[in-house]
Amino acid sequence: MAVNTMTKLTLGPIAYHWSADARRDFYARIADEAPVDEVYLGEVICSKRAPFHEADLPATIERLERAGKTVILSTLAEVMLKRERKATEDLAAMDTPEIEVNNAAGLYARGKRPHRIGPFMNAYNDATIAWMAGQGATHVCLPAEMPAPAIAAAAQAAVALGLGVEVQVFGRASLAVSARCYHARAHGRTKDNCQFVCEEDPDGMPLRTRDDRPILRVNGIQTLSESYVDLLPEAARLIAVGVTHLRLMPQAVDMVAVAQVFRDVLDGRVPTGEADARLATLSGDAGLSNGFYHGTAGYRRIAAAAPA
Amino acid sequence: MSLAELICPAGTPAALRTAVDAGADAVYCGFQDATNARNFPGLNFTPDELAEAVTYAHARGTKVLLALNTYPPAGKVDLWRHAADTGARLGVDAFIVADMGVADYIARMYPGVRLHLSVQAAASSPEAIRYYCENFGVKRVVLPRILTIPEIRQIRREIPCEIETFIFGNHGLMVEGRCSLTNYLTGQSTNMDGVCSPASDVEYVRDADGSMSSQLAGFTIDRFGPEEKAGYPTICKGRYAAPHRPEGYYAFEEPISLNLSRLLPELIEAGVHAFKIEGRQRSKSYVRGVVRAFRAAVDDIKAGREANIADLIALTEGQKQTQGAFETKKWR
Repeated sequence: MAVNTMTKLTLGPIAYHWSADARRDFYARIADEAPVDEVYLGEVICSKRAPFHEADLPATIERLERAGKTVILSTLAEVMLKRERKATEDLAAMDTPEIEVNNAAGLYARGKRPHRIGPFMNAYNDATIAWMAGQGATHVCLPAEMPAPAIAAAAQAAVALGLGVEVQVFGRASLAVSARCYHARAHGRTKDNCQFVCEEDPDGMPLRTRDDRPILRVNGIQTLSESYVDLLPEAARLIAVGVTHLRLMPQAVDMVAVAQVFRDVLDGRVPTGEADARLATLSGDAGLSNGFYHGTAGYRRIAAAAPA
Repeated sequence: MSLAELICPAGTPAALRTAVDAGADAVYCGFQDATNARNFPGLNFTPDELAEAVTYAHARGTKVLLALNTYPPAGKVDLWRHAADTGARLGVDAFIVADMGVADYIARMYPGVRLHLSVQAAASSPEAIRYYCENFGVKRVVLPRILTIPEIRQIRREIPCEIETFIFGNHGLMVEGRCSLTNYLTGQSTNMDGVCSPASDVEYVRDADGSMSSQLAGFTIDRFGPEEKAGYPTICKGRYAAPHRPEGYYAFEEPISLNLSRLLPELIEAGVHAFKIEGRQRSKSYVRGVVRAFRAAVDDIKAGREANIADLIALTEGQKQTQGAFETKKWR
């Protein structure tokens, strides 16, 4: 039986510094082959990277839309410098495509015109979501660290207001952002002379504890989880409480296959257990985790309860 | 002219009285629950204690600022609303907030009480700050510790509210209000629970070779040789190995304190209205020493005298200190 064929699968913005070529190839494949409904584009992490790929944006948008995908442009999570303020303002001025706002500077620039609320906006609760809806928000992506009861309560409030509700179900969780670039720091450089060393790590730079246990990933100013979030076993529950959109974050794995695994479960074609095993294989060395959802340490993997 | 108010930490009623007596213009504190970002065991105030604290502070001309600067998860918003109701009833001089839902509630229910925007809201551009000023009537922004003095001066020109900056204490590395590192390792959230690298999850483990591992929730955050002093396992101050740094290094920042005492005159000139001292988790004697020394320094500068900052340097003696981003953007 299909879990819910109405639920939208989305592809979040690429967090890493993938080359322009890599991005073109990636989105061409997504357009042609990936069963995702909506795709978020744009540089969210580091404004220095944007010039490398923003010239390709119009063609990428066109390609994805021609393939029937809805495209949304995401704004920067950190806005401090002149170029970051300008980039945010320029995006906020656009009529189409839709935009997803990740910083209050974007909310200011957008005014009451329709927009989506990104995962960096800290929409943790019903009161905040109601406030945002009153300011023109049409859709909200919840923070990755929210536990199930809070997701349910937030989703209920958002749905009652007519908002779309999105939760990240795959990929590394963003755990922190900073003004300092930790990629540059690892190479003895500063942010201003980074020489884009982050391009060496398309799935983030691994940090290990001094007793050699993998712990975190560095992506420029961002720190991510070592494990990939995997809420495939929880997808049915998310949909039941009102979540309308499930977000896959691009990692350096076969994202078309990842999307297909989720789609197969949503359409009821493949049992969840079998699909989840396939997802583990696709994720390679990355561990899978769902601790945040279950209200425990984020890195943990909590086994699904046996079906009643 | 900048007022150069001194905003001092009050983790306990005793620390609050100490800070008031030592010359604080305002003290900031929170309740004993998740509504503030220093929800640590043994810290903070009951409503009765806050009532006494407000009376004590107001009798001596000192303001009391109530930190409600965490993010309520859906389903628990009432805890934050009740805290705001209590604070308003007890006559606090301002609320320090981060969450838009909390800000909106206070702005509607208690329009006569000042709202300060917490550093946890991470407003680091004039546009972001204006968003909170125009929508919630925010009167002061606590700036993230990531800006240089020229950048602060520029922001001051473009916003309609006062600026408060941190000048002393813990040097936060991550953008505040956007950090889930603690929740990833421990299951307790900085944003939702007010918890950061909690002591309940800390263990110091002596290894066979005599070295010491400081651990958080079973993860080794740093390892110290037999001669080294083992530091507290704060995730963003730990040493890790990376492909280019197999020996282990401070991937984010060294365990280091912020000390801007040398920059006070420039900060005043840049238009900073209030200086914040971090440390609600610190002892009474620490609070007394720091507040007294900064009181003297600020008074000297306001009177046009050369400030004697030797005492302030002495306070962090033996500990590494930094001027962080304030001095140079090379910090980034």
